[in-house]
Amino acid sequence: MSTLIKQDILVELLANAGTGFEQVRVAGKEAFQAQGFPTNKSEEYKFTAITKKIEQRIQNFQLAGAFEVTAEQVKSNVFEGFEGDVLVFTNGHFQQALSSTVEGVEISPLSEKASTALGSIAKPEKDPFCALNQSSFDGGVFISVPKKAQIQKPILFLNFFKANAGQVIQPRVWIEAGDFAEVTFINHSVNLSDTSYFVNKVVEVKGGVNTQIRYYKLQNEGENAIEVSNIETDIQKDGRFTSVNISLSGEMVRNNLSINILGSNSEGNMYGLYLLDGKSHVDNHTNVDHTVPHSESNELYKGILAGSSRGVFNGKIFVRQDAQKTNAFQQNNNILLSEDAVVNTKPQLEIWADDVKCSHGCTTGQLDEEALFYLQARGIGKEQARGLLLYAVAGEVIEHITDESFRDYCIAQVQERLGSNF
Amino acid sequence: MSKDNQILEELTSKEYEHGWSVNYEADEAPVGLTEETIRWISAKKEEPQWLLDWRLKAFKTWEGMAEPKWANVHYPKIDLQALKYYSAPKQTNKPKSLDEVDPELLDIYKRLGINLNEQKKLQGIAVDAVLDSVSVATTFKGTLSKLGIVFCSFSEAVKEHPELVKKYLGSVVPMTDNYYAALNSAVFSDGSFCFIPKGVRCPMELSTYFRINAANTGQFERTLIVAEDESYVSYLEGCTAPQRDENQLHAAVVEIYAGAHAEVKYSTVQNWFPGDKEGKGGIYNFVTKRGICAGDFSKISWTQVETGSAVTWKYPSCILKGDNSIGEFYSVAVTNNYQQADTGTKMIHIGKNTKSRIVSKGISAGKSQNSYRGQVQVMKRATNARNFSQCDSLLMGDRCGAHTFPYIDINNPTAKVEHEATTSKIGEDQLFYCNQRGIATEDAVALIVNGYAKEVLNQLPMEFAVEAQKLLALTLEGSVG
Repeated sequence: MSTLIKQDILVELLANAGTGFEQVRVAGKEAFQAQGFPTNKSEEYKFTAITKKIEQRIQNFQLAGAFEVTAEQVKSNVFEGFEGDVLVFTNGHFQQALSSTVEGVEISPLSEKASTALGSIAKPEKDPFCALNQSSFDGGVFISVPKKAQIQKPILFLNFFKANAGQVIQPRVWIEAGDFAEVTFINHSVNLSDTSYFVNKVVEVKGGVNTQIRYYKLQNEGENAIEVSNIETDIQKDGRFTSVNISLSGEMVRNNLSINILGSNSEGNMYGLYLLDGKSHVDNHTNVDHTVPHSESNELYKGILAGSSRGVFNGKIFVRQDAQKTNAFQQNNNILLSEDAVVNTKPQLEIWADDVKCSHGCTTGQLDEEALFYLQARGIGKEQARGLLLYAVAGEVIEHITDESFRDYCIAQVQERLGSNF
Repeated sequence: MSKDNQILEELTSKEYEHGWSVNYEADEAPVGLTEETIRWISAKKEEPQWLLDWRLKAFKTWEGMAEPKWANVHYPKIDLQALKYYSAPKQTNKPKSLDEVDPELLDIYKRLGINLNEQKKLQGIAVDAVLDSVSVATTFKGTLSKLGIVFCSFSEAVKEHPELVKKYLGSVVPMTDNYYAALNSAVFSDGSFCFIPKGVRCPMELSTYFRINAANTGQFERTLIVAEDESYVSYLEGCTAPQRDENQLHAAVVEIYAGAHAEVKYSTVQNWFPGDKEGKGGIYNFVTKRGICAGDFSKISWTQVETGSAVTWKYPSCILKGDNSIGEFYSVAVTNNYQQADTGTKMIHIGKNTKSRIVSKGISAGKSQNSYRGQVQVMKRATNARNFSQCDSLLMGDRCGAHTFPYIDINNPTAKVEHEATTSKIGEDQLFYCNQRGIATEDAVALIVNGYAKEVLNQLPMEFAVEAQKLLALTLEGSVG
């Protein structure tokens, strides 16, 4: 990609980025300049020409800035029956007035927490977009769950996106959980924009000893959303991190999910579903790094692709030399429903320890004709039978969501999709 | 655990048995690579103008290319200007039969256990032996030519069958394909050529034996196999090299063309010098192998047993162009000490109802790194394509690595593609089970490793399977728990 853009975008973004974190931003800028925008030759972005997409769709490389939303808008976008707390963000800026306070959890705008070690978990050298965010993020939130706090109700991040002054949105989230804490987050975004926008988000999650953290994410922002999201977490001894990522639409979406296992007897779980049609393009890159003995990771990503959509999956499992007795499992299944749908998948294992059990499986195909026949033979119509079988595929991922109202919402969304377009 | 260490010790201390070299007078190209070198090689081989032009074009392409960096292997930069690009045993006259071949050369092959002697028909293998850069001898030529089969050295083919060579050379692996293929196209010295005419089933296994003898030379051979419609051939390839402290480069190109209903089976037992146990010396094996199933119902099957080379970079591939064509890849890659292997395959499904099967078994020991890198690509018009891939890794010792990089790119909804991979060591429970039944740990490991590799070894022709099994046993002698 032309170096011109690389220069321009940084200058423009830095011009109106938030203040504070000067050193962090300089490190981010340097890391970005060293990497530049990925080209189609970059191995990590081989199938996702995000730079080209940004070039085509984004004209105004300025940060979009905060805007007003009403309490009504907030209320209407919360899932039916949701009992947890809601944190409202507009273009990545925390709206304290509209948000609920969560008992026992410290939540404040990132700008008030200047000593936060941003970039210490999601390292800017690893990904150019992570570096770009670190150089020029805007707004952001700091969340600290104290030691032994058991937050039973989930915390919902309700993000409103609207491209107005500029088309680039760079949210930043820092979550830290003390030892023995337990907490669940749900990330849901609402698109209020008429034009294309580019969201470049970084979430860092710092776990303590024996923390249980769940992070659920639903992406359904429609045809004009271009999004790169970097979620990275460090897990300590006895800790557990579970991610469920459901992507239903987006012009081009790239999810980088990294789990660094730093303590033994810990567990990382990653579940993902991409149910796409039209021209949607969703790319999931996951990375689990087992660095210590006795840890486990489970991964299950499922794709259903229709229209001329494209699904990309790259799952990396690293088992370092010290990480003996690691169990790592990875599975990726894809169903292609139309002529023009494309799947690129690369399950990757890199193993340096010998006493491990690692496996991955990957399949791509169609619905099982025999299963379809079985249902038809019992008087279920073909369309309905197809919907039922496809729902069964999606359900295997959705069932990992523990919060009932969010799970029901996801089920409804998936069923609506399967009913109308498939 | 101490038992393991002891066995590991034994394993790592095993020396390379083909490590000797012979001093014979050789005809060598001057050191370095320029256009002059290429003209020199071409003149030496009395090549026609078109081939020289082709080489020069490849050289021009190569000059504009950069060395690939994506493979999961690490080695010091190779100084291509410090190599000699041609080395041939000096011969005054071209030998008409084996009796006239320099006895010293024949002795080399005898020490390798390669039988160039036509008397031993029992073995029934036609051998083309390539030493350093040139083909030394080809056996059973007469028998084969009665059937219309051409099996000879590449330079001979250029002289006697220029129309065939011209038609197929570079048709499967174009000179622009990659850095080492371009280099090979520019400087290739010799190799084997094999042509099976329509409807002929080759009655015996064809075999090429490669050996690098001279120091500081690169070996760049080229193999071209053409199987016309409804023909069948099984082809074997073996390689060894003397033990030297410096690294040597081997950059070969193999091209296979299969017409309608034709079947080609290509088996390799690669045992280049892997370097000593400190990781010093050894062959850099950067090879491009590709076959095209051009006709409908054709089949290409690659089987490889990789035990040698310091660094391997090799992806035997199939382009499944004809409808209902089949591609197969069976591989056992064993790495020990400081060896690094990045090997796998590419299956490109273009035709309808094409099928491919990949079975890759990696065994890493010592401080070696073993990677599987494969691609299964289903093109848009390849309806009902089917692929099954299995790549398993066995780790022996805690300082080695096993890596898997499978790329699966599907552009057609009717494709059925499955991939599975596992990585583990030999289970304590498996060993215990064997021990319980009176099988000593060492034998049990041998049994398990053998069983693990069996699926691939079974694909080898009889004569080779024996050698491969011996090699496996040798590389992992005493074997590990």
